Amino acid sequence: MDSLIAIWESVPEALRIVIVILLKIIAILLPVIIAVAYTTFAERKIIGYMQVRCGPNRVGPKGWLQPIADVVKLMFKEIITPTKANRAVFFIAPMLALAPALAVWAVIPFWEGGVLSDINAGLLFVLAITSLDVFGIILAGWASNSKYAILSSMRVGAQVVAYEIAMGFALVGVLMLAGSLNLTEIVNAQAGGIQNWFMWPLFGLLVVYFISGVAETNRAPFDVAEGESEIVAGFHIEYSGMAFALFFLAEYASMLLISILTVLLFLGGWLSPFGASFADIPVLGIILGDGIHWLLLKAFFFLVLYLWFRATFPRYRYDQIMRLGWKILIPVTLVWIFGIIVFKALQELGVL
Amino acid sequence: MIASIKHFIKTFTLFELLQGLSITGKYFFKRKITVQYPEQKTPISPRFRGHHALRRYPNGEERCIACKLCEAACPALAITIDLEERADGTRRTTRYDIDMFKCIYCGFCEEACPVDAIVETQIFEYHFEERGDHIKTKEVLLAFGDKHEAEIAKHRVSDAPYR
Repeated sequence: MDSLIAIWESVPEALRIVIVILLKIIAILLPVIIAVAYTTFAERKIIGYMQVRCGPNRVGPKGWLQPIADVVKLMFKEIITPTKANRAVFFIAPMLALAPALAVWAVIPFWEGGVLSDINAGLLFVLAITSLDVFGIILAGWASNSKYAILSSMRVGAQVVAYEIAMGFALVGVLMLAGSLNLTEIVNAQAGGIQNWFMWPLFGLLVVYFISGVAETNRAPFDVAEGESEIVAGFHIEYSGMAFALFFLAEYASMLLISILTVLLFLGGWLSPFGASFADIPVLGIILGDGIHWLLLKAFFFLVLYLWFRATFPRYRYDQIMRLGWKILIPVTLVWIFGIIVFKALQELGVL
Repeated sequence: MIASIKHFIKTFTLFELLQGLSITGKYFFKRKITVQYPEQKTPISPRFRGHHALRRYPNGEERCIACKLCEAACPALAITIDLEERADGTRRTTRYDIDMFKCIYCGFCEEACPVDAIVETQIFEYHFEERGDHIKTKEVLLAFGDKHEAEIAKHRVSDAPYR
């Protein structure tokens, strides 16, 4: 132990900071990747159950090793490049899709102070980086030299632009109530029990935000990017093995991200729904008090909602998606924001 | 007017979407109907048409009299028969091949047979290990029939009233 401390102290200061940050990154990304693996398992199980099937239950006890088997299979599969594909772009694209999806986790607070980088414009960073996701998909579609892939990436481009706006407007409401762009401060602005969460005054925006989140991650019922029935698998049709797995990872990481963001912005993040009323009771206080477990519990609900949607809704037609994004969600958010402005103004004037 | 207001409210409360979600939500808790195949199996009818077999009389004599009715009835031309006359004047086959790749398991051979020699058993879990194994020769079919005679006889008896 002493020798370890000695080694640690012999490391130069600048390097030490880097090592600590790297360890923190591993501590965040490893659970994220494991969560992604088990999200795929949960997806198959939940959709199976909703279709009165059992889902995977052969690999390991009750099928719990299924995601491991899937990963191993994908790793050992051959990566095929189409003959006329642009090789460089073809292999950069999956990384370009994955990198932003993982980079966003840097500013996500998991508990009070439990954040890698507590920057004061966290929400802006999240919006900026998640928008970059689409580059990987567009480049993948273009580099594959396949008409299905290019069609899909064009769809994704238009869809993501449309829903990014609705998403951004939904967040404006949160910003107005919280008065900050820092995610920790946004959560702390909702302190004091379930009645103070932003989901009550911003319920419409919560719905809009989650719907655009689903559209943003190209999940059912907005998964025209994959659209098995018309364009086979969309942008990743030419990808196999690990290159495909990276797209998969990116998609599911964004799903987890949207779930956690929804919780942070609208449902009080790691805050307990009971406020501080149980804080004094010894053991119960830890469980019922604030903590990461509340964040995960609430995020799990939204994750299940994703899968529930997929089991329930048929795919939107493409023009309906665009109509919903531009002509319904954006006006709804604008009206709601106007409502908040009026409410705030009346508060300032002392009427309310 | 009322209808359009109703429609407006329904749209913005996501009423129908929630209805859909509640249905899938209910099915989530329903009993699962999956049959865990190798451990559990669904019941099979005595008329089930699986792997073929040639039967024998209790005294050990093969039933098939090489009448070639099955060969004629076979819509997939999967059956090939050669025959000879024995010293005692009876007709017997020298060759009775069924190409299992051609066979469509229609059961016409079984129906055409006047002596219940060719039958389709309930066994459907079989495989071929070598190239050429898909052509079932007379010896293989007779051996198969000998092996499963008890079952075959039982199912034929239970299906007899309906034939």
